Order: sequence, then C-alpha cells, then structure tokens
Amino acid sequence: MAEHHVNTPLTEEVVMAFRAGDVVTITGHIFGLRDATLIRMFDQGVEVPADLTGAVCLHTAPGVKVDGDQFIKVSIGTTTSTRMNRFTGGLLRKGVKAITGKGGLLEDSTRLLQEHHAVYLGLVGGTAASETMQIEAIEEVWWRDLMPECLWKFRVRDFGPLIVGIDAYGRNLYLETKAQAMEAMKQLHL
Amino acid sequence: MNSHNTWSNDRYQKVVEAVAALYVKALKDLPPDVRTALSHAVRRETAAVGRTVLGTIERNIDVADKEDLLICQDTGIPVYFVEVGEYSGVNPVHLEQAIREGTEQATATHPLRSSVVSPVTRKNNQTNSGYRVPVIHWEFVSGRDDVQIVMVPKGSGSENMTYFRMLLPADGVQGIKRFVVESVVGSGGNPCPPVIVGVGIGGSADLCMVLAKKAISRPCGSSNADPEVAGLEGELLQAINASGLGPMGLGGVNTALAVHVEHAATHISQNPVAVNIQCWAARRARLVIASDGSMVVGF
Repeated sequence: MAEHHVNTPLTEEVVMAFRAGDVVTITGHIFGLRDATLIRMFDQGVEVPADLTGAVCLHTAPGVKVDGDQFIKVSIGTTTSTRMNRFTGGLLRKGVKAITGKGGLLEDSTRLLQEHHAVYLGLVGGTAASETMQIEAIEEVWWRDLMPECLWKFRVRDFGPLIVGIDAYGRNLYLETKAQAMEAMKQLHL
Repeated sequence: MNSHNTWSNDRYQKVVEAVAALYVKALKDLPPDVRTALSHAVRRETAAVGRTVLGTIERNIDVADKEDLLICQDTGIPVYFVEVGEYSGVNPVHLEQAIREGTEQATATHPLRSSVVSPVTRKNNQTNSGYRVPVIHWEFVSGRDDVQIVMVPKGSGSENMTYFRMLLPADGVQGIKRFVVESVVGSGGNPCPPVIVGVGIGGSADLCMVLAKKAISRPCGSSNADPEVAGLEGELLQAINASGLGPMGLGGVNTALAVHVEHAATHISQNPVAVNIQCWAARRARLVIASDGSMVVGF
C-alpha cells in the first residue's frame, strides 16, 4: 500500500504509478458531477464548458449556501459511482485521468480505464465532513439549473484518503473482493 | 388521561421548529449505539484497507462533531416513524403538516441540499419535500399519552440496495437466509459497508417492505424480542461477515454492524422477504412530545 500525494492536472506518468490498494491524496482542482450532469454532457450532447484534460472528476452533488453569486460549501461528499458507469468512456475521451467516488465501477469501465491509462479512486462513502474541510473553495459552477447536480470546480488541499480501487493495469479491487465474497458465501451452503 | 389535552395551534408550531432541528440533528450527530458498533468494528478489523476505511470513518465522525458539519452530503429521503399514543390528544392531520413544514424549514434555513425530485420530470423543488414525501409511517399505541417521532434521513447509496422477493413457503427460513446474504454481498461497496441490514419477513408485500425499513431504524445491534427471530439475526450477521466483503466493499471482516429482522404473520401460500440496507452513517434522531407539551430530543 504505497502512498501518493499528487497535484492536478494529473499526467499519465503519475496515474501509471498507482497500483490497486495504494492510497492517494490530491491537491489542486477537482470537478464535481453526477447523474444529471452526465446526462446533459453525453445523452444531450451539450458542450462541456470546462477543459477536462488531466482532470479528476468526483461523483458528487454538494449542499451549498448561495450568497449572491457566491457558493459557500455546506456539505460536499460523494455518491455511488456505479450509477454513472455508462459515462466512463465519455469522460475518458475528454481527457479525464481519474474518476473518484464510492462503490467502484464495473467490468467495461475497468477495461476503458486500462485503455486510456486512467484510474478510479475510491473515497470512503459518507465522510463528507472531512471532505468538506479539504475543499478550500468552490471556484466555478456551470449548469446551475441542475442544482445540486451542476458541474462544479473545487479547489482542494490533501483531498483523501482515496484508495486506488481500479488501476490502469486492469485490476478492480471492488469486483475482485465481491467475487471472493460470493465464493465464500457458496462455501457456507446456506 | 382524557381528551382535555387536545393540542393547541401553538404546540403544532413548536413541533415545526422541533422537527426542523430534529432533521439537522440526525444529519450531524450519529447515535451512540452506531458509534459504539463502529468502535467495535475498528478493533476487530484485520484487513489493511479495511482499517484505512474504518479509520477514515472515525475521523469523519470527529470532524462532524467538532466543526458542526453534516456527516454525509446525502440529506436523504426524509422518513419519519411516528408513534401516536392513545391519549396524546394529537390531530394526525395537523401533525403531518407540521412534519412537512419542519422538513422544509430545515432545508431552507440551514440550508440543506434538497435530495427530493419528481419521479417523472426529475424536477427538484429545493424543499426536500414533494408529493407524498416526507415519508411518514404511523403507529397508534394504546395506553400511552405521548407522541414519538423518529426521523431517518435515508441515504440513497444504501436505499438503492433494496431487495424484495415472494419466496415460496417450501423455501422456508433457509430460503430467507440465502436471499438476505446474497442481497447484501451482491451489493458490494455500493451501500457503504459496514451496514445495518434491515430485513422484513412475512406480512403482505407492502407490509414486508415497511418492516425492513422499520428494522434499519432500530438502535444498532438491538435484538428482536422473539428469541427465534433474534437467533436468525445472529446467524445472518455471522454469515454476512464471513463473506470478507468488508468496509466499503474493499475487503475485511466488517461487512455488517448488525442485522435487524422485523416480522409479521403472513398468508399460508406466501413467504415474503424484504431487505433494506442502511449505510454505516446510520443517522436517526427521536423527538418525544409529552402530554404536557414538553419535548425531549434523543435517539
């Protein structure tokens, strides 16, 4: 379990050094998005107003306080990534190097991450209090009509710990662990 | 205990305020029983990744306490279990309105993320309420003169991992066990393990699912009063934790903190089983309104 402290944007070289089970913390910028955001991007084909080259995308829909044109953080955490599994390819083609969220992604996303030399970083679900403290500012909010499922740009310091759940070499800890657990259950002969 | 204690309008207004505070408390202050269960989990965990996950969870609970922050970003779908005492004098129509208003007030004033949308248009009114939501389950209790409201902001990572099946009577308890264990293990890391597994058995299909939700709202690790059902809870917990799925589905000995089963009589040709999963952030808060109008907040 190596530890990596990295800055954004991420390069291929940086993510290729991550191995499943390693722990990562991120400083720089991350983009927040989820169901409705991704539907707008890929199902409705609306042009993405941000450059996602080398980006880290977080599956989230924050709670915020709106003060004029300012967005003040209330609670920023993460949501279940598997719901957004079918959008992995689209994000990677836009240059995204790491997708972060909770619960992991499925087989097809594992292959796509390997092909695009990118990774999935698992947050500990439900730990929004810590993550909110690690987010220094909400710098941009696009598609505000989707509130809270807008496209968000956060500035973060030491964001994590993130566990490398799927590395760029085709290892998916979530699916491996689940398969072992299902096998262990069979042995119980319930 | 008579009908002289009919609630005044002023009391319903106080309940609006109290429900608003209750929703926020539930989101910030994890019940002591859940904290204890998580501490036990930390001590038992043997897997390296599992220990990292559980350590992060413990730190997060501390940060939420110290910084007065929400534990999780998911404000949930608001679910209330209301127990109405026979001699409480409450008008349930007015109480329902007060619960809705309290939910909306907390959302606007804290403010809280609104997690509730129309199922057809997906429109979000930014109120955490909508048609038939908040979800309110009523129970009417003979002999008591109080009203108790348990607020559960039910997070969706775990709510999406909900299962129901009409098993056959010939599948027996064995069939129930297999269905529950496969449902939980098959959910992987999605519901944020270590989880509380809520199981409903018996009743009709609708009652069975409500029982599963009632089960997750019990204090973590409490046992069903029926020793046979309590035995089933213990067996299921052991089987689920033997899977090795572990915290966040990344491996370890803590997949479930507890299994709670609630049961009801059923039809001769039915064997219904429902599974409703609660994430480790098993948030809930209780408001007790005594007959004199005094209120106590707890878990």
